[in-house]
Amino acid sequence: MTTALEKTTAAKDRLVPGTPLLEVRDLHVEFKTRDGVAKAVNGVNYSVAAGETLAVLGESGSGKSVTAQTIMGILDMPPGRVTAGEILFRGQDMLKMSNEQRRKIRGRKIAMIFQDALSSLNPVLSVGYQLGEMFRVHEGASRKEAKAKAIELMDRVRIPAAAQRVNDFPHQFSGGMRQRIMIAMALALEPDLIIADEPTTALDVTVQAQVMDLLAELQAEYHMGLILITHDLGVVADVADKIAVMYAGRIVETAPVHELYARPAHPYTKGLLRSIPRLDQKGEELYAIKGLPPNLYKVPAGCAFNPRCDVATDLCRTEIPALHQVTDRDGAELAGRKSACHLWKETLHG
Amino acid sequence: MPDLIEKNAPAQAVASAEPKPEKPRSLGLDAWHDLRKRPVFIISAALIVLLIAFAIAPSLFTSVDPRAGDLRLHYLTKPNYLHFFQADWFGYDGQGRSIYARMIYGARASVVVGICVTAGVTVLGGLAGMIAGYYGGWVDTIISRVTDMFFGIPLLLGALVVLNAFTTRTVWSVVFALVALGWTQMTRVMRGSVITVKQADYVTAARALGAGTARIMFKHILPNAIAPVIVVATIALGGYIATEATLSFLGIGLQDPTISWGIDINSAQKVIRTAPFALFFPAGMLSVTVLAFIMLGDAVRDALDPKLR
Amino acid sequence: MGRFVARRLLQMIPVFLGTVTIIFFMTRMLPGDPAAAMWGDKAADPAQLAAFKHRMGLDVSIGRQYLNYMGDLLTGNFGETMAGRKVIDVIGEALPVTVRLALLAFVFELVVGVTIGLFSGLRRGKAFDKSALVLTLLLISIPVPVLGFIFQNVFAIQLKWITPTVQDSMNLGQLILPAVVLGSISLAYVARLTRTSIAENLKADYMRTAVAKGLPRRKVIGTHLLRNSMIPVVTFLGTDLGALMGGAIVTEGIFNVKGVGNALYHAINLNEGATVSGFVVVLVLVYLAASLIVDLLYAVLDPRIRYA
Repeated sequence: MTTALEKTTAAKDRLVPGTPLLEVRDLHVEFKTRDGVAKAVNGVNYSVAAGETLAVLGESGSGKSVTAQTIMGILDMPPGRVTAGEILFRGQDMLKMSNEQRRKIRGRKIAMIFQDALSSLNPVLSVGYQLGEMFRVHEGASRKEAKAKAIELMDRVRIPAAAQRVNDFPHQFSGGMRQRIMIAMALALEPDLIIADEPTTALDVTVQAQVMDLLAELQAEYHMGLILITHDLGVVADVADKIAVMYAGRIVETAPVHELYARPAHPYTKGLLRSIPRLDQKGEELYAIKGLPPNLYKVPAGCAFNPRCDVATDLCRTEIPALHQVTDRDGAELAGRKSACHLWKETLHG
Repeated sequence: MPDLIEKNAPAQAVASAEPKPEKPRSLGLDAWHDLRKRPVFIISAALIVLLIAFAIAPSLFTSVDPRAGDLRLHYLTKPNYLHFFQADWFGYDGQGRSIYARMIYGARASVVVGICVTAGVTVLGGLAGMIAGYYGGWVDTIISRVTDMFFGIPLLLGALVVLNAFTTRTVWSVVFALVALGWTQMTRVMRGSVITVKQADYVTAARALGAGTARIMFKHILPNAIAPVIVVATIALGGYIATEATLSFLGIGLQDPTISWGIDINSAQKVIRTAPFALFFPAGMLSVTVLAFIMLGDAVRDALDPKLR
Repeated sequence: MGRFVARRLLQMIPVFLGTVTIIFFMTRMLPGDPAAAMWGDKAADPAQLAAFKHRMGLDVSIGRQYLNYMGDLLTGNFGETMAGRKVIDVIGEALPVTVRLALLAFVFELVVGVTIGLFSGLRRGKAFDKSALVLTLLLISIPVPVLGFIFQNVFAIQLKWITPTVQDSMNLGQLILPAVVLGSISLAYVARLTRTSIAENLKADYMRTAVAKGLPRRKVIGTHLLRNSMIPVVTFLGTDLGALMGGAIVTEGIFNVKGVGNALYHAINLNEGATVSGFVVVLVLVYLAASLIVDLLYAVLDPRIRYA
């Protein structure tokens, strides 16, 4: 009964025009540790609509995972602290909600898939129990109902012999199967939004594609929003609609996926693309962005990327670039394209 | 305040004269530097030094003979708490012996048992563990199975049986019983530690360079494998002292004329209503002693445990 | 699970045989004559001694004695007391009392220890945690006899809540105080182990998952955190049973609980060497059986062990 009701309200919500499913506005997060204050997220803006896939790209320490954890409400506080910003879910600021309100959104409306399924699943509880828990906690299902639904879910993510394996424990599954279980868990209550934090990084290359395809397929089927967090440009090309590239806690470029690949408008993105090994480059030396990822305790003045940038000017060393709307040569706005580089024109057109 | 600064100045001079940081310090030295700064370590070390002083030279702290009983002075003579360091400071026991003197003299048995048992189990158990871990194979199998069997005997129960076989029991019979039953604890710790260290590259390198078995074991493996053993041994020391006292309390540990807090606790229990002080002082002394060694063990563990580093 | 139980049972047989062998040789091979020890400090009358040796089967070779001894054990003969009663009967009578006492102590140390450890671990570095650390340190340092007398003095003699010694050994209410003393020995270890384990598991990835699933806090802690954190505690309880048995001798002695420990305490004080050994062998058997149960519990808690 409840589920049917939920679904109708959810469907109605989706019809409200102009409101994205999730919108992050000017989010700032910092960590207070013994070594000082680390500014992990410094004014991030992004949004996802239902049925849309946003890929958030960045190195470790770029703030992509911290942003995701803040959205989920699973950031360790302390040492973490949200200093400014809003996270609007269907127009409501989640940062202003009570703990109980947020808890009811977690898992039911917004679900998360983690990188390492082996450590992210509880080693001492059967996968059936862990899947069924979603129905028992959020829908008050009985033990028996929960188990039946767990089997159904395992079937849906194509785990062979689900009914026999429902009582098995995480360590008895292969890496790919475990990640499918994580996906099943996230899908359990048909949430509006899924956040997948490096969902395939821990897997073998051959399994990566299968898991990614499954995720994309299910997302389309349920018309969910998907935030795909990754450091791997190769993973996102086929599944994402748009990409946000993060560096030192800021978004440095956003673009529809194919445009970003074809014509990056930020030197950092350009560097990332050049550092992907390609078959046609055989024999050439592989490009690597010079320098080290920024120290979050001491982010460089001006553009955080300037010490590693090949084209940096004096302006880059003093003034933080705004996120500029990107235009084509004629000055016409390119939809969804923004770049936080003083020299975006030169980078894009030059 | 100026006085304080004056006192600190030489300490700073010493600190700056220390070896430059690029010179790698050994784990032991590192731990020592760490330990010196811990209040828990300082307090427990001070207590232990005092206890060892009691054990070595009890006559420095009391001129009273702890074995001389004067029945006219039995426990109904109340203690005089203002008679510092005198025979009646803490009153007399049932046989008219000075409780204060017995408190001081009792330290010897506890300290000797604690230190000797710990040394014994560490050497014996450590050696067995090192051999098992280093050689592996059937040697390891035999040692491990024997260890399992000893583990089936709870320390106190086993000690009851062993001590039962002695007609007269001295400190050394108690040490023997506890070492004979307790060595396997160290064997397990050492074996695990050696197996981990054995696989390290520097051991393979030493072997490749043609170092002999004994050299590899004592020069390369032992120094790197000993830390967990030291941690367990320091913590166990307090436990051995408590076990001795418990055995003596049960009447199967030390015997007169050896002075043991455990025996005194036993004889004082009959007068717990009329003369609680007769129980309080040996019991308090025993607890403080065990506390000091356990605190030391805690501090050493914090300093040596690589997980916390 | 069945195979796991069977394997553990099979592994226990050599351990038990080895253990009793060790006990046998420790009592017979030591300097000093076990028979002469019966007379204590007094010199024994040679004729009496010989008769006694014969009655106890000590007048044959050590190898023969060993075979007889093992044969006796396997047929359930654990020797006799000086009063001529069978050790196994005395234990059979006293065991229910000790089991009650031990179970009470166990429940006490588990419930209180885990609760203290849980709150300490969740509030690491806070005032509660710091006071719990000091309290447990003190508790670890106080030997059982001392602790027993402190409790007896405070609760029975000063506060007069209870009688200093137990009148009816089967009365659970009267057993509470001795059980608290007995449980206190390991309470501190249980609390500290739980604390470390909780603090470690709090950082685990599956805890983050549990929160992300939208589980209420009490479920996150009760089901996910506590269950994992209990694994090392249960392992500890297995080895701790031995300390509990040793402690039972002292506690039963102090509070006059008519259990196995008390019978053993009297056997020691009456200098009945053979009886003491007989008792200890039975207790070792109980200990091994109990640690097997703990082992199985461990396997129930941790599927990684069960299916290894």
